[in-house]
Amino acid sequence: MPMLRKFKEFVIEKLILLCGIASVIFVALIFVFLLKEGLSVFKFVRIGEFLAGRSWYPISEPAQLGILPLILGSLWVTFGAAVISVPIGLGCAVYIAEIAPGRTKEVLKGGIELLAAIPSVVLGFIGMVTLVPLVKNVFHLSTGLTGLSGSIILAFMAMPTIVSIAEDALYAVPKSYKEGAFALGATHWQTIWRVLLPAASSGIVAAVMLGIGRVIGETMAVMMITGNSAVIPRGLLEPLRTLTATIAAEMGEAVVGSEHYFALFAIGIILFIISFAINVTADLFLHKHK
Amino acid sequence: MVKFSVEALDIWFGKTQALKHVTMSVREKEILSVIGPSNSGKTSFLRMLNRFNEENPEFRMSGVVSMDGRDVRKIDRETLRRKIGMVFALPLPLPLSIFDNVAYGPRMHGERDNRRVAQIVERSLKQAFIWDEVKDRLHESAFKLSGGQQQRLCIGRTLAVGPEVILFDEPCSGLDPISTAKVEETMMILKKDYTIILVTNNVKQAARVGDRTAFFLSGELVELDATDKMFTAPSDKRTDDYIRGKFG
Amino acid sequence: MSKHPLRTQKIAFFLLLVATLLIVVPVGLIVVVIIQKGWPAVNWQFLSEMPRQGMRAGGIFPAIVGTLYLVTGAILFALPIGLLAAVYLSEYAKDNILTRSIKLAIVNLAGVPSVVYGLFGLALFVVFFKFGASILSGSLTLGIMILPLIITASREALEAVPYSFREVSLSLGASKWQTIRHIVLPNAIPGIITGTILGLGRAAGETAPILFTVAAFYLPRLPQSVFDQAMALPYHLYVISTQVPNVDEKVRYGTALVLLSMVLLMNLVAIIIRYRFRKKKKW
Repeated sequence: MPMLRKFKEFVIEKLILLCGIASVIFVALIFVFLLKEGLSVFKFVRIGEFLAGRSWYPISEPAQLGILPLILGSLWVTFGAAVISVPIGLGCAVYIAEIAPGRTKEVLKGGIELLAAIPSVVLGFIGMVTLVPLVKNVFHLSTGLTGLSGSIILAFMAMPTIVSIAEDALYAVPKSYKEGAFALGATHWQTIWRVLLPAASSGIVAAVMLGIGRVIGETMAVMMITGNSAVIPRGLLEPLRTLTATIAAEMGEAVVGSEHYFALFAIGIILFIISFAINVTADLFLHKHK
Repeated sequence: MVKFSVEALDIWFGKTQALKHVTMSVREKEILSVIGPSNSGKTSFLRMLNRFNEENPEFRMSGVVSMDGRDVRKIDRETLRRKIGMVFALPLPLPLSIFDNVAYGPRMHGERDNRRVAQIVERSLKQAFIWDEVKDRLHESAFKLSGGQQQRLCIGRTLAVGPEVILFDEPCSGLDPISTAKVEETMMILKKDYTIILVTNNVKQAARVGDRTAFFLSGELVELDATDKMFTAPSDKRTDDYIRGKFG
Repeated sequence: MSKHPLRTQKIAFFLLLVATLLIVVPVGLIVVVIIQKGWPAVNWQFLSEMPRQGMRAGGIFPAIVGTLYLVTGAILFALPIGLLAAVYLSEYAKDNILTRSIKLAIVNLAGVPSVVYGLFGLALFVVFFKFGASILSGSLTLGIMILPLIITASREALEAVPYSFREVSLSLGASKWQTIRHIVLPNAIPGIITGTILGLGRAAGETAPILFTVAAFYLPRLPQSVFDQAMALPYHLYVISTQVPNVDEKVRYGTALVLLSMVLLMNLVAIIIRYRFRKKKKW
């Protein structure tokens, strides 16, 4: 009987190992399949033209596959979202970690978790019906579907990530740093500003990077709010279109195996690489102290 | 009769050498006390016998540890650990009922007959001198017992798998004097049927309980002798100093 | 040093409070607005009928059903694999390159944009495996997406079980797998359940991964097999908000409310389980 049990356990343990490496397999699969479909686009267009071309007209004859407008769209909207979400998110993290009293802290943390749980399509919907008309009126534009509206909603989506990771980073600072500063007569704020924030800096950088990573990867809210105009944006008060929204909006129309299809996968490759880079770097920052 | 024989044993955890060239033997059905200051290697030594050190990924060894003449590395680990029970420094009940704690070992080894399991549980708890205190609440959580009772439960749990050897790793360090006395009494009675090795920080306990005593210092086995002789006329000055409390 | 450090502190703390309110207050408002404007639309017919006239009348029943199918499928895929992967990391993995690669891969899977998952699902399941746009494709895509979440939550639950329990079990002669199965896993179950439910909530709310792999806006009947397409709440909300004109506002809000309620309910259940387990813990 022990022989049978040992055999069963051997099989189970091999299965466990297989599942352990499953994640690596899936990442590799994703990369391989993106490459498989995406690299084909470079049969139709040179990589330089693809990345820097200013015209994105994938269904015209001949197709124009320059994604610069999309890259700039993503960059603008991400920049706008970062400008809003980083100071506010970090400020909130400091408040919750250091200043908020007990019960309030739990309520606030609950509020942040609540925000994190809201599906992006719901936030996009709300942004569409409330924020977009507001922006239109405040800035006297012909349409509220602009990069600015997108930035604001995306900022909301990034903030829970920034807040919770920055909060963890602040908690991880050893209490002795704080106590030392107080013992020297510093005020609470001085301690936060001069001791805690610098000590938590690598975690905070990671928080910001992951928040920005979340923004770059966001699709639905952007699609519903930024206007989907694939031309080079001249500012945030115009409609624009991001890399992510392009894929989502156009894949439905692209014929499998067409240049358009391959081009959208090529955009996917770019997004994958960007998110890979951000996540790996942020992870390095998070583990710098450990 | 020799139960364990240790030859030229060196062990390392990473770069740190924990045992240096230890050669000695443990006799069947004796109580061997193992004393020494902290980090002297006594617990590492104990854990060699049931191959527990292998759970640490940085463990390396050279030399041989044998039980009943066979290299322990050649004995199937689960079988070996069935023959060698271990009682830890803090009472560590499993998060189960009192009954299930004791039944855990036999069940893992394939015992399915519930009546036999119940018999084993009763017999083991009696051997550990705790049956009367718990027989009416066998299905309560083991955490409801006091520290001393939990430790005796752990002894009963170890006895339930039918070992030949019991290793005690500072078993009374978390206990009050009365519980300590009960555990020591149990050990003396168990000696008739089991080989016992007791690692202890308490030199006086070693003197009370052990037939022979081994003194470890910085990974070296300094002296091993009959307890009476060791405590009245030790051969090594270091042993003498330690027993007198000049360091520790 | 400023001349009035206490005054600086007051100003700073005030600004921090403002920052916090800027996040928390709108969240509350969003939820309130959705409830207020969506509630009038939500009644039994809305929840149990098929849509008519492009959603200008009728209900969202098939979208609810579709979401439930997808989420179930995702969990059936992600839970076994994720749990065993967590067991590997917690109980077997040594400190070597393989382990570091696995952890890196998990971090990456967690960060991949949802629309890229949609592309991947399209390329692998819909086209390469020829499953077509189907519940199968959609579930598998969502499953891979929530895998890192399940692994991370399960791993934390497993690592929270004190090491001493494992030692005791091994010292009694139990094997490593017996120890995991009888001691470690049972005591990690509440944490695993919490992570699973959070994964369910995430899968229920995602749109981009299902856009090309399963979702349809209008299907005349409910899906009969895993190879059928399905409707889903997030996609439904997207379409009636952006592509169907003249849908009554309260229908849109109502759909948002149903989706939001489903997701928040799952999160709430997960949090309650986590909280009650922490109180009950015996060690």
